[in-house]
Amino acid sequence: MLNIVNKSPLDRNTLQTCLDAGTGGAILLIEDGVYAATRGNAFESKLKAVQGNYKLFALGPDLDARGVGDRVSDGVTVVDYAGFVDLVTEYKTCQSWL
Amino acid sequence: MKLAILVNEGPYTHQASDSAYQFTKAALARGHEIFRVFFYHDGVNNATRLTTPPQDDRNIINRWSKLAEEHKLDMVVCVAAAQRRGIVDEGEAKRNGKDATNLAPGFRISGLGQLIEAGIQADRTVVFGD
Repeated sequence: MLNIVNKSPLDRNTLQTCLDAGTGGAILLIEDGVYAATRGNAFESKLKAVQGNYKLFALGPDLDARGVGDRVSDGVTVVDYAGFVDLVTEYKTCQSWL
Repeated sequence: MKLAILVNEGPYTHQASDSAYQFTKAALARGHEIFRVFFYHDGVNNATRLTTPPQDDRNIINRWSKLAEEHKLDMVVCVAAAQRRGIVDEGEAKRNGKDATNLAPGFRISGLGQLIEAGIQADRTVVFGD
């Protein structure tokens, strides 16, 4: 499953809820969700811990819009909107954690 | 692939409407079919033609209308959500005794059945919201 998270884990608990659901597959961080993909953020260790179960992606334009495009954690793949579309088609289902 | 898009957030709120637009555009550029874009909850505010953002800002509503015209998109606004928020076409104005309409070009007002149908017909439904 492709899990889409659009809020910072410092603001909402949707990323945590997503991890608790334990679907495996992939997590795509978009909008304020991209803060979770930055080096040194408070949620970084939690994402590191699930890297065996999930492929991690973050939306490049949203990283750049927030000035953190050069601070992406290791293990997170940056994609553009075309890559976002490809992820949606690649996984059989997608869930937006709103 | 056939994709359906659900927009649950109004324009100029956070980012859902922008994300949905950029995703839809990218999907079309990738050669995918957009079966329907459904606007629900505050998302129906994406369909008012009376929006006037500053000239140097993006016009989210016109942008949707233009994309719909270029790609023959089916953009559906939930009728109950629209009534609550004052999004009105001619039929709704007549039915509810309103003196004006504000539905932007390219949008149509219909029911939730259209969302269900999109969920069934499309290979994927991608949800954008707050």
